[in-house]
Amino acid sequence: MKRTLRMLPALMLGSVLFAAGPVKLLNVSYDPTRELYQEIDAAFAKQWKAKTGADLQIGQSHGGSGKQARSVIDGLQADVVTLALAYDIDSIAERAHLLPANWQSRLPNNSTPYTSTIVFLVRKGNPKHIKDWEDLVRPGVSVITPNPKTSGGARWSYLAAWGYALKRNNGDDKKAEDFVARLYRNVPVLDSGARGSTTTFVQRGIGDVLLDWENEASLALNELGRDKVEVVTPAISILAEPPVAVVDKVAARHGTAAVAKAYLEFLYTEEGQEIGAKNYYRPRSAQALAKYASRFPRLQFFTIDELFGGWQKAQKRHFEDGGVFDRIYLAGK
Amino acid sequence: MRLLTQFRRPSVLPGFWPAFSYTVLYLSLIVLIPLSAVFLKSVSSSWTHLWKVISAPEVVASYRLTFGASLVAGLISVVVGFLVAWVLVRYRFPGRALVDALVDLPFALPTAVAGIALTSLYTEHGWVGRYLAPLGIKVAFTPLGVVVALTFIGLPFVVRSVQPVLADADRELEEAASSLGATRWQIFRLVILPIVRPALFTGFALAFARALGEYGSVIFISGNLPMKTEIAPLLIVAKLEQYDYAGATAIAAVLLIASFLLLLGVNALQRRTRRFMETE
Repeated sequence: MKRTLRMLPALMLGSVLFAAGPVKLLNVSYDPTRELYQEIDAAFAKQWKAKTGADLQIGQSHGGSGKQARSVIDGLQADVVTLALAYDIDSIAERAHLLPANWQSRLPNNSTPYTSTIVFLVRKGNPKHIKDWEDLVRPGVSVITPNPKTSGGARWSYLAAWGYALKRNNGDDKKAEDFVARLYRNVPVLDSGARGSTTTFVQRGIGDVLLDWENEASLALNELGRDKVEVVTPAISILAEPPVAVVDKVAARHGTAAVAKAYLEFLYTEEGQEIGAKNYYRPRSAQALAKYASRFPRLQFFTIDELFGGWQKAQKRHFEDGGVFDRIYLAGK
Repeated sequence: MRLLTQFRRPSVLPGFWPAFSYTVLYLSLIVLIPLSAVFLKSVSSSWTHLWKVISAPEVVASYRLTFGASLVAGLISVVVGFLVAWVLVRYRFPGRALVDALVDLPFALPTAVAGIALTSLYTEHGWVGRYLAPLGIKVAFTPLGVVVALTFIGLPFVVRSVQPVLADADRELEEAASSLGATRWQIFRLVILPIVRPALFTGFALAFARALGEYGSVIFISGNLPMKTEIAPLLIVAKLEQYDYAGATAIAAVLLIASFLLLLGVNALQRRTRRFMETE
C-alpha cells in the first residue's frame, strides 16, 4: 500500500505527460490508399482537435495488403487496419488474436465504408473494341493483371472474371473455370503487384487491356491524360469491399481505443464519404454518390459472399496451393 | 585445451583468442542463428507437408529455372568478367578510372531499379528489345530475361575477384614463355589461366550464390508465369502470402542446402587448383 502511495505522484506525472503529448495513431493500409488517407487524416485530426482539444498525429503505413497483415501479426503496432480484403484482417484475428473473429460485424456495411470494383483500362480509342468480359478471352487480345498469389487486387480481378462467367452460364462452375483459364492464357506477364502491372501496361506499352481497381484506373487516367488511355466499365463486375477495423489489443495497450473507433466512424460521415468519392472510392452514402455520380458509371454488382461464400472459402478453393489457379496453369502446360 | 592451442600457429601478432572468439560469436549471430531459424521453422511442420511443398510441379519448375539461370549467368559473368578485368589491368586508356568505377555500379544500385530498367530496355517496344523482336528473340518475360538480370548482378563479383590477381601476376613469366617459343594460346592456357583460376572460381561462386537468392531485379523481367518463368524466391513470397511460413522456409531450405553444397564443391575445386600450383 505504502509503495503504491509512493508511486502515485509518479503515476500522475506520467499520465499528465502522456496527455500533454499528441495522441498517436497508426493506420496500416494497402498500396493505393496513400492519397485517400492523407486527406482523411488531415480532416479527422482537425475535427478531433475541435472536439477534444487534443492534438492527434496519424501515421500511415502502406504496402501489399498481405504483407501489411503479416507485419501486424509479427508485431507492427497498428491501432487500425484498412486493408484490401477481409481475408487479411481475418488472418490477424485468427493468428495473432488481436481482434475478435466477428470484427466485420462491428461497423456498418461489413465494415467497408467505401467500395470499389474491377474495371478495364484500354488504349486510347479502344482499338481492340473491348466492351465487356467476353472480349478478354478473344484470341489476339492481350490482358495484363498481376499474379493472384502475390497480389490482393489480382484476386479481386480473378474472382470478378469468374463471377461474370458464373452469371453468364447460369452458375455452371465448369464453364466458369474454362472461361478464367482462357482469360489467363491471354496474359503474357503476371507482375507481383498492382503497381507493377500498371507500369507494364502504361510505361512499357504491353497488352491491350489492364484489369484494375476502379480508383487506380481513374487515377491513371488523370495522371497519364485522356489522350493515352480510356476506362471501360463492364456491364457487371464484383463489388470489392476493402474493410477497416480497430486492432483492439494494440489500441487498448496504447490507450487509443476511443480515438481509433472515432477515426473509423469518421469514414462513414458525410465528410468522410465525400473525401472517399473524391479519391474515386464508391461511397456508401447516397448523397455523396449523387454528388459525384459522373465518376461512377452504373453497373450490376455481385458480392463475394453471394457467389463464393466469403473470402475464406474463395481463398481456399482458388488461390491456395493446389487450388484452381494452380490447376489452370498446370493444365496449360 | 591443448587441442585448442594446437590450431593456433605462431605469429608475431598477439590476440588469437579475442579474434577467434569474436569470429565465432559474430558468425553465430549474423549467419548461423538466422539460418538455423529457417530450418527450425520449416521442420515445425510435418514431413509430408514439406515434401508436398518442395515436390510440387511449379516448385520443381522454379528450382530448375533458378539454378539453371544462375548457372548460365555465372558462366557468362566468368567469361565477360575476366575480359573486363583484363582490359582494366593491362591497358591504359582515357576514362579507365571511370570504367573501373562503373563496374561496381550493380552492387550499389537497388536491384528493383535495375530490374525495372532492364525490363524497359528488353520488352518488344524497348530500346534493345525492338531490334531483337524481328529476329524472333524475346528477352523480357522469358527465361532469357532472367539470365540477363542475373548476369547484370553477377558481373562485378568476377571482375573484382580477378582484377587484383591479374594485377599481381608477373608479366615476365609471359615474356619468358614467349622467348621459349610458346604460342599465344599456350601462354594464355599454361601461364595466365592457372594464376587466375582460383580467382575465377571465387568470382563464379559469389556470382552464382548471389543469383540464386536474387529477387528484386528478376521479378520485373521474368513475367512470373507459373511453370514457365517463376523463380524460387517468388514462390517463397507467394507462400508467405498464404501465411504458409513452413512451406516458405521449406523452399528456402532447399535453396540453402543446394547452394551450400555447390559452394563447398567450388571451394574444394579452388583448393585443389591452388595446391596443384604450389606443388608445381
